[in-house]
Amino acid sequence: MLRERLLIFLKTILLAATILFLAVAVFGTLGLRNRLLDDGPAEPADWNSRQFEESVTALNTEFSEHWEKLGLTPAPEAPVFTLARRLSLALAGTVPSLEELRALEAQPPQQQLDWWLDRLLADARVSDYLAERFTRAWVGVENGPFLAYRRRRFVLWLSEQLRRNRPYDALVHELLTAEGLWTNQPAVNFVTATIQEGQPDAVRLAGRTARAFLGVRIDCLQCHDDHLGTIRLGDPPELREGTQRDFHRLAAFFSGVRVSGLGVHDRIAPYRVQLLGDNSEQVLAPAPPFLIDRLPAQGASRERLAEWVTHPENRAFARAIVNRVWGLMFGRPLVEPVDDIPLAGPYPPGLERLAEDFIRHGYDLHRLIRMIAHSAPFLRDSRAEFPLSEEHEKHWAAFPLTRLRPEQVAGAVIQSCSLTALDDHANIFERLAYYSQTNQFVRRYGDRGEDEFHDPGGTIPQRLLLMNGELVREQTRARSWGTAAARIAAAARDEQQAVRAAYLAVLSRLPSPTEEERFTEMLRKRGKRKRAAALEDLYWVLLNSTEFSWNH
Amino acid sequence: MDSMRINRRTFVAGAALWTVAAESLARQAATSNKRPRSIIILWLQGGASQLDTFDPHPESPHSSQVRAVATSAPGIHIADSFERLPELMRHVALVRSVVSREGDHERATYYVKTGYRPDPTLVHPSVGAIVCHQLADDVEIPRHVAIFPGPWPPRGGFLGPQFDAFHVHDPASPVPDVRPFVPRDRLRQRTNELLDVVEREFARGRPANLHERTQHRRSIEQALRMMDSQQLAAFDVMQEPLSVRERYGTSQFGLGCLAALRLVQVGVRCVEVTLDGWDSHANNAEIQRERVKELDPAFAALIEDLQERDLWQDTIILCAGEFGRTPRINRLEGRDHWPHGFCVALAGGAIRGGCAIGESSPDVPEGSEKHWKHVVQPHSIADVHATIFQALGIDYRQQIVTPIGRPIRLCEGEPIRELLAG
Repeated sequence: MLRERLLIFLKTILLAATILFLAVAVFGTLGLRNRLLDDGPAEPADWNSRQFEESVTALNTEFSEHWEKLGLTPAPEAPVFTLARRLSLALAGTVPSLEELRALEAQPPQQQLDWWLDRLLADARVSDYLAERFTRAWVGVENGPFLAYRRRRFVLWLSEQLRRNRPYDALVHELLTAEGLWTNQPAVNFVTATIQEGQPDAVRLAGRTARAFLGVRIDCLQCHDDHLGTIRLGDPPELREGTQRDFHRLAAFFSGVRVSGLGVHDRIAPYRVQLLGDNSEQVLAPAPPFLIDRLPAQGASRERLAEWVTHPENRAFARAIVNRVWGLMFGRPLVEPVDDIPLAGPYPPGLERLAEDFIRHGYDLHRLIRMIAHSAPFLRDSRAEFPLSEEHEKHWAAFPLTRLRPEQVAGAVIQSCSLTALDDHANIFERLAYYSQTNQFVRRYGDRGEDEFHDPGGTIPQRLLLMNGELVREQTRARSWGTAAARIAAAARDEQQAVRAAYLAVLSRLPSPTEEERFTEMLRKRGKRKRAAALEDLYWVLLNSTEFSWNH
Repeated sequence: MDSMRINRRTFVAGAALWTVAAESLARQAATSNKRPRSIIILWLQGGASQLDTFDPHPESPHSSQVRAVATSAPGIHIADSFERLPELMRHVALVRSVVSREGDHERATYYVKTGYRPDPTLVHPSVGAIVCHQLADDVEIPRHVAIFPGPWPPRGGFLGPQFDAFHVHDPASPVPDVRPFVPRDRLRQRTNELLDVVEREFARGRPANLHERTQHRRSIEQALRMMDSQQLAAFDVMQEPLSVRERYGTSQFGLGCLAALRLVQVGVRCVEVTLDGWDSHANNAEIQRERVKELDPAFAALIEDLQERDLWQDTIILCAGEFGRTPRINRLEGRDHWPHGFCVALAGGAIRGGCAIGESSPDVPEGSEKHWKHVVQPHSIADVHATIFQALGIDYRQQIVTPIGRPIRLCEGEPIRELLAG
């Protein structure tokens, strides 16, 4: 008797707990959450001032003159949903949610782009994503020497700096000079990522510094002078051939950096190297490969280097980041490869002006992103009523079509199968699913590692993964509770509304009249009972389109 | 809509033309040979040390204690870390005097894989892409395969992304994602809607070469064809008995080589298998020895099985990395990048085995900048490519018009005659 009662009691508790859990989960997913924005960037941002507008106008004039000279008619302006999709992909690595698009639509047309940028730049998803992309360039994709290097901590720290919009020169200054432990001074991981044989590697640090912060590839000079005429150093207009000495004098700035139980610190250590063709080693004094008179005469080695790298007259520093951010936003940098920008030009339209603006306005990354988002090339559509050629894309008179990166595709699959935004405020189950599924998918889709803008090709496995892969299967399953396909099927007033919702959620646009007619008809034919399965089919079709896997 | 229709028509017309061309090529192939010819590339990513592999110089003060062993090829010695390859060297030819001017991993990889130096205006196709382009056939699975592709896998370049390699990351498992999760008729319905409705809408107003550029349509069609193919089994090395697998060594690379054999058997044109980890800037001797332990059994078993399965006459093996390593040893007991005289190995029925072309310099001549002057009988990698094309019956001299309108030779080199069998 007692046992039976106890059993009934336990069953009741279990049932109550299940109901409670379901209720929480349902409200967590379906209920509208009051989404408070995070702390915004460290203002004052002058991006909405007249001065900002004038800078944008000047930038755009450069492009329109360029197009006119080449006789190219620019593509018309892209619809705002397309712009929103581009920005979300570039800055958050995913597509906008249906809910976000509806909110955007409700804004006054003139303010829509800035409203969208405001939201994104204050969103922790954006700083997290950008931090990951920058980390690839600055410390690589490997997890490196385990004890002295904490990649994850570095990314989190960087994300925080980006969200607060710390001036870029101060950020890089800290990376180049930081001291202390990798755990509580995350910036030192820039140094400890290069540890070999127990100590940081001055040679790798020099190569990274040159590529990431100056946009020059001088790694070849490690072993020999440049006999091929591909590396030009010195100061414009009189550049000279790069030499092995150039490389090692840059490396010499890092010769005293050491790691001990107390973390990264510096001591005074002369840099010794045996140059090719020499019989013995020599000591080289640190010196930069150009703009040598801007190197402070006094101070600790890394301090002097950081001062020189971030000096306002060192335009290579600004060009490198402008080119990289442009690449992030378009999928293609202004100068290719992204880290090989000539010191004396010629430069494509936009680059010098953006670099100048960046220096003049306190190395403000948010401002740079806003400038590019308002630039005439970014606003162009990728289609037109007249024939578009490759020349249009090459000269930014039409938005270039680029293949999405693996994590963007994964992020977009997961986001489009959930109607509300998967952000920091999404519940933890959603976030966990987000991470594990994304990682698995990204590996299979073919991660590009550090090589940020180089497309390695190989598209059939990508197609197979989207057609038959586990992620798409799970995310579109109509019977599974909580997928967008199932929810739209259950909630849509009629077929037309269902088709529109699916298009907005997956492709961030409304269907064309032909598309709407065709798919409404398909849904109608299948009937209400099979509507969920029909939506599953529609979702599959949209996820497998070129439009979904490409930025446009 | 209209432009789409035109595109489709031109597409169909193009396909028809292509088919005619393919047939004539296939006929050509049929008269000259009974089976498709293939190439297997064993890619030593990072740059193998010639001195610790196929070109040891134990007499040099910088030999890092490498000993040389005699092989079945008279007069040819290789590093003693090879155990099984020495007895098969009578089937292998070495070019010990390859010179290049690219010392950066990315640029050098591009150079050795394509035969051309990087050029900002043009992306050159890799050897495998050229072979696929030149020799048409009707294989249902991808004809160009890269197993363990690194950061710079073989590409179609200006020949088009349809010649890019198909990537395989895990040869020990069947090809993933080839089983659809809905019944076939429903899948067909889905693909029709995709291609007829959504793809058409996306193409409207966009550049005319959209499909060519994205290869989206084509990849879907190929993926569908592949999903139905019996030939997929070629990817599954686990179908080979354990006794066969074991001969390739216990490494992933070994399984990759076995997969290459099986793929060539069903008619795949080019398989590249990457063995990474040769970039020995520190601890050179140890690193190279470890790598050789993986390379040796796989290379040896591949030679034996190609011969046993009657594929030897129609297959060429190229074993190469992006450059060699410095004759001198650095302060960390490592060897750095050395494009000025390194070694590649070739094997296969059309290659005269048991010979070595050229000689590399066992030491850096003091104060010299023109290192290649110290290499006897230097050859560019393009010469090696020309040799391969010649052996496969491909006219290496033919001109191809690139998309920018510039005619370019398929290969800039000349065959190394001594390497070609009879």
